[in-house]
Amino acid sequence: MIFEGKAHKFGDDINTDYIISGKYKFKSLDFNEMAKHLLEDIYPNFYEKITKGDILVAGKNFGCGSSREQAPLVIKHAGISAVLAKSFARIFFRNSINVGLPVLECNTDLIEDGDLIYLDLIKGEIYNKSKNIKVEIFSPLPEIMVKILKEGGLVEYLKKEGDFKL
Amino acid sequence: MGKTISEKIFSNHSGNSVKAGDIVVAKVDALMGQDGTAPLAIKVFEELGGKMTIDNNKVLLVLDHSAPPPNEGVANLHKLMRDFAEKYRTQLSEIGEGVCHQVFMERGLALPGSLIIGADSHTCTYGVLNCFATGVGSSELASAMYTGKLWFKVPETVKIILRGKLRKGITAKDVILYLVGFFKADGLTYKAIEFDGELIRELSIDGRATITNMVVEMGAKAGIMPFDEKTKGFFREIGIDIEEGISSDKDANFSEVYDFDLSNLEPQVALPHQVDNVFPISSVDRIKIQEAFLGTCTNGRLEDLRVSAELLKGKKVAKGVRMIVAPASKKIYLQALKEGLIEIFLSAGAIVVNPGCGPCVGTHQGVPADGENVISTANRNFKGRMGNNKAFIYLASPLTVTASAIRGEITNPLEVMD
Repeated sequence: MIFEGKAHKFGDDINTDYIISGKYKFKSLDFNEMAKHLLEDIYPNFYEKITKGDILVAGKNFGCGSSREQAPLVIKHAGISAVLAKSFARIFFRNSINVGLPVLECNTDLIEDGDLIYLDLIKGEIYNKSKNIKVEIFSPLPEIMVKILKEGGLVEYLKKEGDFKL
Repeated sequence: MGKTISEKIFSNHSGNSVKAGDIVVAKVDALMGQDGTAPLAIKVFEELGGKMTIDNNKVLLVLDHSAPPPNEGVANLHKLMRDFAEKYRTQLSEIGEGVCHQVFMERGLALPGSLIIGADSHTCTYGVLNCFATGVGSSELASAMYTGKLWFKVPETVKIILRGKLRKGITAKDVILYLVGFFKADGLTYKAIEFDGELIRELSIDGRATITNMVVEMGAKAGIMPFDEKTKGFFREIGIDIEEGISSDKDANFSEVYDFDLSNLEPQVALPHQVDNVFPISSVDRIKIQEAFLGTCTNGRLEDLRVSAELLKGKKVAKGVRMIVAPASKKIYLQALKEGLIEIFLSAGAIVVNPGCGPCVGTHQGVPADGENVISTANRNFKGRMGNNKAFIYLASPLTVTASAIRGEITNPLEVMD
């Protein structure tokens, strides 16, 4: 599972309400439509700045707040291939894996907005190609999460395994 | 080595003796989804093949976040939930019955020692009843209905001991706002919290629930209260006889222990736009407010309505202020009617809306205008949270919100109390 894309850098404590506001998530299950509103309260028209495969980069506590799985789904539907942050809120972290959106905790101080990032999820390696440096990963994903990601998300994982397997 | 409450609950539910850090597959006792998260869970459940493994009586679907529906999109999602509840014979909580967490507890679904998941981040509230309850996403809710289980990392436990006696005008909400300010929004990420100490023992179940409700605001996975006579009393009132709860072993391993004496605590206020941006009220400016909101899964319980009504009795909400009151459940609403609280609210100029989450989550029933300041008993003050990203939300206790509604500016309740 290898990803390469341009970084969009955000700060600390980016909450799920910012990612997708409550006023949109209650209306429908159309995630392509919702994706147009990704992070709009703190970065108007952000959606238009995304090229498919880009990588979202943030500081600490990314995804704090609500349990809405719409948050990682909307990020994924907007064309983002992975999210890197210094730390993630617990529910968002799990939700991301479950919908097949790779998330990793790493030293994002080494990444600036616009940098080209290379990410090998299985080997657990991140490179900042623009700066030609290796980015330190704080904690690798637990094995069960890697398995779920490899299947493309929780639904595919359970369809294949029939049950949770450790 | 002894076990914490969390280690005991995960051992009991996984069939193995487990410790913090272990990854386990554990049986789930009961689960909940609300109208913001259940529709997606239903979609996922159907993709999985639509086979219900878990006891359907232990599944509660709640129409509360955007209810009654303000538009056809929501109405159609509500219909999807009703049809699902009918087909699989799960429990359903209709429009107006209340906020999911309050309804879940009133229906006796959160029992001491049980393992509960809910597709809402404030599911951690049920820890007040001495169980392990945590928020999950829609796919996990669907997977737990499908398999009866879920995988978990057994969390490390932090013990928080609270001592002292709260002064006049100080409530449980001030305690938890203080703790969120102390630990910060990510200070206890992935941890379970066990609360204890004389201050906790003195608080009612309503007050304790305000505290467990907001542990997720520090990143915690669960917040668990001790089982005592008050817990027993809660269950007796809803017709369930429970004699014993679960407690940590004396030699249990806590990752950290904190000991606070809150005898001198003053009212706390969280300033926009971060929950952990907390200050004692003496250092907060007298900011003019246009909206005051009493309600939510944090502070819409009977005790909250009682203290607010007591303060409001014979007084008026300031001109230019909208005070919105949302009882957390129909049961609470009815009791508030009986006790004359609703009459006090209406006579004072407040608006009483149906039980639900609307204003807190910004779907309807209280969206502020551009540039307006709102003081609220809710648990979040993120920019845009109440439906307008150009408004400013301050969080405070029911007493502080009421005092501020009376004066029209952020006010220490002691200034208004007799």
